[in-house]
Amino acid sequence: MTQTLPETTTTRESVVGKPVDRVDGTAKTTGEARFTAEFSHPDLTHAALVHATVSRGRITAIDTSAASAVPGVVTVLTHHNAPALKSPRKVTPTDLSTMASGTSVNYLNTDEVHWDGQPIAVVVAESALAAREAAALVRVTYETAESTVDFTAEEPAAKPQKNNLVMQGSAKKGDAEAAFTAAPVKVDRRFTTPPLHHNAIEPHATLAVWDGDRLTVHDATQSIDWLRSHLALRFGIPTRSVRVIAPFVGGGFGGKGFIWAGTILTALAARATGRPVRLVLTRESVYRTVGGRTPSTQRVALGARTDGTLTSLIHTSVTRLGRVGGTPEAVTSQSKHLYAAENILVRQNLVELDLVSNAAMRAPGEAIGTFALEASIDELAYELGMDPIELRMHNEPERNPIDGKQFARRHLREAYRVGAERFGWADRTPEPRSMRDGRWLVGMGVASAFHPSMLFVANVVVRLSVDGTVLVHCGLQEMGMGSATVQAQVAADALGVPVESVRVEYGDSTLPMAPGAGGSMQTASVANSLLAACEKLERKLTKLGRSPQESPAAVLAREGLPSLEVSVGSDTRLGRMAGQLRFMSKFLMDQRRWMKAALGAHFCEVRVDPDTGEVRVSRWTASFDVGRVLNAKTATSQLKGGIVMGIGMALAEQTLIDPRNGRIMNPSLAEYHVPVHADIPPIDITYLDEPDPTMPLGLVGIGEVSITGVAGAIANAIHHATGKRIRDLPITLDKLL
Amino acid sequence: MRTFSYVRAPDVETALRTIATEPNAKFLGGGTNLVDLMRENIERPDVVVDISRLPLTGIDELPGGGVRIGALVRNSSLAAHPLVRTRYPVVSQAVLGGASAQLRNMATVGGNLLQRTRCLYFYDEASACNKREPGSGCSALGGFTRNHGVLGVSDHCIAAHPSDLCVALAALDAEVEVESTRGTRRIPLTEFHHLPGSTPHVETALAPDELVTSVELPAPVTTRSRYRKVRDRASYAFALVSVAAALEVRDDTVTAARLALGGVAPKPWRATEAERVLLGAPATEESFRSAAEAELASATSQDGNDFKIELARRTIVATLRDLLTDRSAA
Amino acid sequence: MAEVRLRVNGADHPLDIQPQVSLLDALREHLGLTGTKKGCDQGACGACTVLADGERINSCLALAVQYEGAEITTIEGIDHPLQAAFVRHDGFQCGYCTSGQICSAVGMLAEHKEGMPSAVTGQGSGSHLSGAEIRERMSGNLCRCGAYNGIVEAIQEVAG
Repeated sequence: MTQTLPETTTTRESVVGKPVDRVDGTAKTTGEARFTAEFSHPDLTHAALVHATVSRGRITAIDTSAASAVPGVVTVLTHHNAPALKSPRKVTPTDLSTMASGTSVNYLNTDEVHWDGQPIAVVVAESALAAREAAALVRVTYETAESTVDFTAEEPAAKPQKNNLVMQGSAKKGDAEAAFTAAPVKVDRRFTTPPLHHNAIEPHATLAVWDGDRLTVHDATQSIDWLRSHLALRFGIPTRSVRVIAPFVGGGFGGKGFIWAGTILTALAARATGRPVRLVLTRESVYRTVGGRTPSTQRVALGARTDGTLTSLIHTSVTRLGRVGGTPEAVTSQSKHLYAAENILVRQNLVELDLVSNAAMRAPGEAIGTFALEASIDELAYELGMDPIELRMHNEPERNPIDGKQFARRHLREAYRVGAERFGWADRTPEPRSMRDGRWLVGMGVASAFHPSMLFVANVVVRLSVDGTVLVHCGLQEMGMGSATVQAQVAADALGVPVESVRVEYGDSTLPMAPGAGGSMQTASVANSLLAACEKLERKLTKLGRSPQESPAAVLAREGLPSLEVSVGSDTRLGRMAGQLRFMSKFLMDQRRWMKAALGAHFCEVRVDPDTGEVRVSRWTASFDVGRVLNAKTATSQLKGGIVMGIGMALAEQTLIDPRNGRIMNPSLAEYHVPVHADIPPIDITYLDEPDPTMPLGLVGIGEVSITGVAGAIANAIHHATGKRIRDLPITLDKLL
Repeated sequence: MRTFSYVRAPDVETALRTIATEPNAKFLGGGTNLVDLMRENIERPDVVVDISRLPLTGIDELPGGGVRIGALVRNSSLAAHPLVRTRYPVVSQAVLGGASAQLRNMATVGGNLLQRTRCLYFYDEASACNKREPGSGCSALGGFTRNHGVLGVSDHCIAAHPSDLCVALAALDAEVEVESTRGTRRIPLTEFHHLPGSTPHVETALAPDELVTSVELPAPVTTRSRYRKVRDRASYAFALVSVAAALEVRDDTVTAARLALGGVAPKPWRATEAERVLLGAPATEESFRSAAEAELASATSQDGNDFKIELARRTIVATLRDLLTDRSAA
Repeated sequence: MAEVRLRVNGADHPLDIQPQVSLLDALREHLGLTGTKKGCDQGACGACTVLADGERINSCLALAVQYEGAEITTIEGIDHPLQAAFVRHDGFQCGYCTSGQICSAVGMLAEHKEGMPSAVTGQGSGSHLSGAEIRERMSGNLCRCGAYNGIVEAIQEVAG
């Protein structure tokens, strides 16, 4: 897997790393970029969902007469009249798309209700207005059953998470409990984090069109390939009969990674009516049908010698799954890697509740796990009377703490050094409440960022034309990461052509299969295959007798070839399966050899109003060790974006699920407070640009690392400003009064 | 949204006649609250009477130093008006502290008076709400109450009034002029909104056929006034607690005080108890604290909004302190 | 149904629509002007921001019938240095809030020029459009990708 930088045969200046403008910049600033809801089709109909208002039970009666009478209504689909749908399959390692299903519920094929918000009817009408008006008129009677929906009440009964190939539910080194008991200096704290929602500004949307047994869907998805396989499975048609199109996706953050009810039901409604159907979820429907980040309770216990040497690190967590699905979050993952503790114990526990499944949300696990760990480290620093950076550097490991594996690359020390200097950490006086600016209490805090790096299978086709243009075909997703832009940079450098002459076509399942945009792995995975394809192309050109001075296009012209095409990976069924198996074995082998991660150091300054407890983040510096950066502009934006989302998580965001009935009470952007312009100061991003020797081009994924550690840094800064330790997110002002 | 018919009123008279004859009609001003509530099926008018083009958009100086503000003056125009900015800074600040610039370009003064609560259970059709459906109960009790009231609430309803502007108007003794086919009358702003009692669905003194035509502000007792809003993010959020205050101090003694609170009650809450304590008291932090204590003495809270009592006290003190400091700075 | 004549980006569009159709839906669904986005449909995100007679509004809370006669400008009708500045400063990622941000910024610059104060405008403060002013004035436009810094930089550059 080790990859050296490709040798360029020309003297052209490298564009990798440069702040190249986004290739879709003009499309996005002129309104030309078309998102899912903006596609139409002749004879189009529109759908709206009806949601259950009980958390568990059976539908005993469903009255659709008033709804059906609304002018323009085509049909009201319920479990009485909806076409049959196959149930989602159990997850199998040979077909990872089986992980795609948001829940195990076979929508409209059952009278069972599994959560408050489950779609139980779909109205199809000639206009979206009529569909929504009618949806409000569907009357449902339930026989309710006992349900468990209160995370705080159920959390003590959580059960240990089992280990599997990709995620450990628990791990240990030495005897951490004994070491903790014996430690002369210790902290033992409990933390909580609330449920959160992704809140991409683009609501989920689907347009489904059937042509006989062939299905075409436009969908706001982060995983074109999984969606295609999943739809084929649910509707009992061959995968090749499904086409998924998603040229632009208006933000995902994990919320569009799985396949949720809206997508399935649009295809189902189109099947039932024989007409194209478009469903654009209302913001409320997004909240009710798409899972969010699980809440958590966490315990972190740290034991140290008086010189700061960590002797014990214990991190345990409880998170929830839906009884109908969801994936465990790696809340304790960073605690196995960040500190050279002599003894380590991590354990994740789970409860199942009658709520919509949880879903991955930007750095699932680490985003909230780093909050507890990094706030605890800060507490220990104060117990020890040490500077919190000094304590971290004192425990900076040489090898992976939990198992002694080699780090693929680790420059966290350097990240802290650079960050501290840029931020002015030396000006901080350690005493809480010791810094002021007028009436404002000023506080500064630090925290580490951590996210594991991975690669996945990606297939690409590269075509060089005699006019000098290069076309890259890859079914990747673009939801703001700048995917097409950075891959064009990769191809331009690899082939020694100007970046303007490279075009990347993406966002369509007819293109070679790419991994979903998740787990911070799309960019590296695609770049990996793209580099291999470019090398293949170079070899072909060499075979054609290319001289060092000759441009690739000149070779084609000389040979009278209109174009030259190469591919990496196979999109046949067998080819795909082989690819996935190859990936799994590589992944496991790789895991045994190296610990690879994106790392960083956050520095934040907050101001707290001593009267009201209002917190304002006033300065931020983040220094990252994220391998080689492909595009200074888009990478900086993505790193900033995670910090912005982290600021929201730290200070304001919270999905309010009524513990009495499991109903989400703030399914709206007015009452769920994501950060606004005024909440965000100028953010200073720096990165070391040290390539990772084990990754293609030396790059590691950066989509998630920057949200990790943010809440910890803010909690630490608030403590420094006020003297108050707040261990429950969000840190709203009432907690500081 | 339910189907409705739309009528654009060419003049006030037609608007009043239409609303008097149509049994389930609503006036539409800026639409920022009504259209949202209609889309959520909470407001279900059969007829919408668009009054946005009526000539009620003037801001005029009155003899005696007051100002008359047309009901259809948009929030942004109100906040920017030189008369308002110089004489009633608290009004300008309250408006600018609310919503977003886009919404302020749409929302009207009259509409702001009739803005409905942001109670999560009022907005949720699946929940019980005595305001939305009289007699159905109140799901907010025992639920999420962070944005609910601690003053003037009842066992039937604990919803808070969400307006910022009204808090400033309440502090300044504004009067509301309303018109119907039956004639014109004036209602003090402090009596315009009702406390819930056992009839939380009756929110204002406005009869169904009446139209708010203007708001009048008397000459200010002092131009030293300010609006302080405390909320869950730095901008674009409803108040947890807000304070509208005007303070006149001579020889270190409070000679005039006007105080109203937002976010803490079912109506813009004129803090008469606090004003009583302040008047004639030394202009000190101690007096401010006593005034705040007095006002909040009758407060009752739920688990989720208990903090508001202390937050209101502190915000009152901080706002008055700021006004005092401004004076010494000036 | 109501007959409505909407004036959008300098052209008249006669429409036959129900009165409950929002200006946003009229633009997107009836006129095919899909550059204006729907993020929340409740005035809470700003993605639907357009200009009505030069002033920024949330088109999701505007009934189309109410805006008959108004000069509506959408992103498709905007040709402004802000657009290139957004690209240069990377003032977006996914691009979904971008039309709203740009329309809002165009309206905001005009408001500022005309002396409109904001919640952070101090008494007697000058006409300088500081970072804090821009952030407050643009707070009605959410960006979940978190491109706020780039947006503010782009506006600052254009405002001079």
